[in-house]
Amino acid sequence: MIQVLRDRMKGLKVFSRGIHPPHRKKYSESLPIRVYVPKGELMIPMVQHIGAPCEPVVKAREEVVFGQKIADVDAPVSAPIHATVTGKIGVGTVCLLPSGRRVPALPLKPAECGALPTNVLEDFLDRHWDGVDPAGYDPDAIVQAVREAGVVGQGGATFPTHFKLRRNPKTPIDTVILNGCECEPYLTADHRLMVEAPEPIVIGLQLAVHACGAERGIIAIEENKPDAIEAMRKAIAGRPGLDVVVCATQYPMGGERQLIAAILGREVPSAPQGLPLHVRVVVVNVATAHSIARGVVKGKPFTHRVVSVTGGGVVEPGNWLVPVGTMFSELIAACGGVKPDAVKVLAGGPMMGPTVPHLDVPVTKGVGGITIMTEAETAHWLESPCMRCGRCVSNCPLYLSTTKIAHAVMHRDYDLAEKYHMSACCECGCCSYVCPAGIPLAQYIRAGKNQVWVIAAQKKVQDQKAG
Amino acid sequence: MSEAQSVSPSKAEPAAAKERGFLVSSAPHLADKATTSRIMFEVVLAMVPLLVAGIYFFHFAAVTLTVLCVAGCLAAEAVANRMRGWSQASLRDGSAVVTGMILAFSLPASMASGSRFYMAFLGGVVAIALGKAVFGGLGNNLFNPAMVGRAFLMICFPAAMAAWVSTAPMLQEAKKTLAAEKGVSLEALGREDVDAITTATPLYQAAKLSEYVAKAKAEPEKRDAWLAQAGQIRDEMPGLWRLAIGNVGGCVGETSALIALICGLWLVMRGVADWRPPAALLAVVVLFAGLAHWINPDRFPGPLYHLTSGALMFGAFFIATDYVGAPLTPSGRLLFGAGVGLLVMLIRTFGAYPEGVMFAILIMNALTPLIERATHPKPFGGQLQT
Repeated sequence: MIQVLRDRMKGLKVFSRGIHPPHRKKYSESLPIRVYVPKGELMIPMVQHIGAPCEPVVKAREEVVFGQKIADVDAPVSAPIHATVTGKIGVGTVCLLPSGRRVPALPLKPAECGALPTNVLEDFLDRHWDGVDPAGYDPDAIVQAVREAGVVGQGGATFPTHFKLRRNPKTPIDTVILNGCECEPYLTADHRLMVEAPEPIVIGLQLAVHACGAERGIIAIEENKPDAIEAMRKAIAGRPGLDVVVCATQYPMGGERQLIAAILGREVPSAPQGLPLHVRVVVVNVATAHSIARGVVKGKPFTHRVVSVTGGGVVEPGNWLVPVGTMFSELIAACGGVKPDAVKVLAGGPMMGPTVPHLDVPVTKGVGGITIMTEAETAHWLESPCMRCGRCVSNCPLYLSTTKIAHAVMHRDYDLAEKYHMSACCECGCCSYVCPAGIPLAQYIRAGKNQVWVIAAQKKVQDQKAG
Repeated sequence: MSEAQSVSPSKAEPAAAKERGFLVSSAPHLADKATTSRIMFEVVLAMVPLLVAGIYFFHFAAVTLTVLCVAGCLAAEAVANRMRGWSQASLRDGSAVVTGMILAFSLPASMASGSRFYMAFLGGVVAIALGKAVFGGLGNNLFNPAMVGRAFLMICFPAAMAAWVSTAPMLQEAKKTLAAEKGVSLEALGREDVDAITTATPLYQAAKLSEYVAKAKAEPEKRDAWLAQAGQIRDEMPGLWRLAIGNVGGCVGETSALIALICGLWLVMRGVADWRPPAALLAVVVLFAGLAHWINPDRFPGPLYHLTSGALMFGAFFIATDYVGAPLTPSGRLLFGAGVGLLVMLIRTFGAYPEGVMFAILIMNALTPLIERATHPKPFGGQLQT
């Protein structure tokens, strides 16, 4: 509470409630992006976005070249997948996603030589975009190009970006917010990208603003990234309708609802029905904007993304430009491997990132970081009785009665949990973070949401049988 | 903690986990430093200055009562754990110590003397046994355990619970006066001359004042006699500074409103206590007392008198902020505090008892589930209007 007041007095954008976890960005925030050239086989999952899974459009053992489309599906909410290196496709198989799901995947063996163009890093971080006029593009063409480039939200949700940018007369958009908050502790991928390639990000924002017919674009950055704020301010100079807004370092500032509330003071209706477009806003991650610019202006598909490998458990932290599909094991080996006291490997940051049981997991379009935590860094929970201190309720950024939902799930009363608006939960984890009794509230709620989904699916099957 | 750590998966398994891979757990993987026992420890720490004040005013009585109540609470907790077949881990979380201290601080000093010492122990046992253990332990009790214990003592030992004695500085003052009257030195006064002086609490005086003024109006023929009594009471009523410091008759830990306020504010700053219940409670008391005083200043003392007397300040920051009996919702907590404040003032002004913090807390505890339901928060943004 005192921290929020202090931030407010400094003129930073804040939202009500939320938490202030340690930043722990020091491991990798000052390390420049390096390119990673994979040696071993890549695994390209057919599910890298929310929506319909892709189907391969290439045959087994076919030779593919860097950037060639290898999978697609004809559905509105979907994004194609491209070959991230030049090489040979293997026989279709199943792989484990960082989220724990098992999905169909295509193995891709990189060619002995010339798997990647030699200038891939220079091309990715290219800062010469002066001649580009975003307003000169046709909005529909932008949306189509974004779809063809396979761009999905790179903040973690992996929602196909073109779907957000379509103009819809029923839901006009007035503001596009570029999310450069990176509120998860440890992660620095977006931070480095803003410092090293601010120009394409700005072009991407202008393209997004133009595509969805908005009036202005806002770049939101947390206060703890002064170099990124400066770089973005320089990059928007002389471009009307754009602004850089400095937000407080508050978790989950990078959540759409919190960000929109902090910057514009608008409340997005609760999930699952409510979306930012209901308050005339589109939120796009900075890395996504970078991909939009590359896809639309240069016709370059989404093959690479910046991944920060960080945490106390990795020998040499770093920020890497990685082809999608690279195995965790390879990338971590390139960082010198894990230290003996490493206990957890997370796909993402420590607040929302799922753990992976082993390192045979590919980097997907939504993985912005790999956090390797030591015994000492991770929290240890020993669940004790809830004493109704109310910290989870008063820190919930979505104003939910968190402990009530968790207890309803504990007693398998999912109807009661839904009465307490379980499905509005964004699983940010603030409740578990603050709970003095060590109750894994977010886990209970996640399990409850999953169970509700399972029950609905079972009911559907039964109805089909009966009908 | 050894037993606690051995069951924690992340403590026991890292070596084995290495061979198969890594630990799998649900996010988040970070946690705030606050734990139940740490919170309870901070509450105990915040009550230490009150104990010191209690020792200054009531000497050994404060220590004796605290030790007896805490012992009673811990004993009952241990027996309850044993009967349920639970581990004794709850003894270490500090919640029983907090209950024992709050109970001890709300007992009169005379209870520590002679044949009455068992009462405090019994109060502690009842607080935990009937106030907490029967409901299923920490977090499940409906009522504030310390207030349950105090209510039990008030019903069983009404005389002992109303036997207020003067503070040590007041006693010293009385001894000096007596010695001067007898014409002997202070040292020459024997224990038989003066040992303890029973005294009226400031709230008892306020209640009497109100009664006499009311009687003076009701019985015009005896008006002067009643007014004379009222005047005498008014002269005897302590000044605000004495009240704030706590050099007045009352419970061992509650008399010093100033120290309770400072320690309570520290707890709020630390984030241990929620600011809402005390803020709402004090605001309502000031409003109510201010209004009453404005209507009839002769009969009703002003807001500052109410704020500094009795258990009000202690109750606002240490009893009304008890997590378990208060609603979970932020707006519910404001209502809870306001309700306690209103009930305290109603009991003080119109009730048969001079002080009402205990009853107010217990009544609002009973209303908590209703308040919680009524103040159930709307999720952020509300439902989508289609």
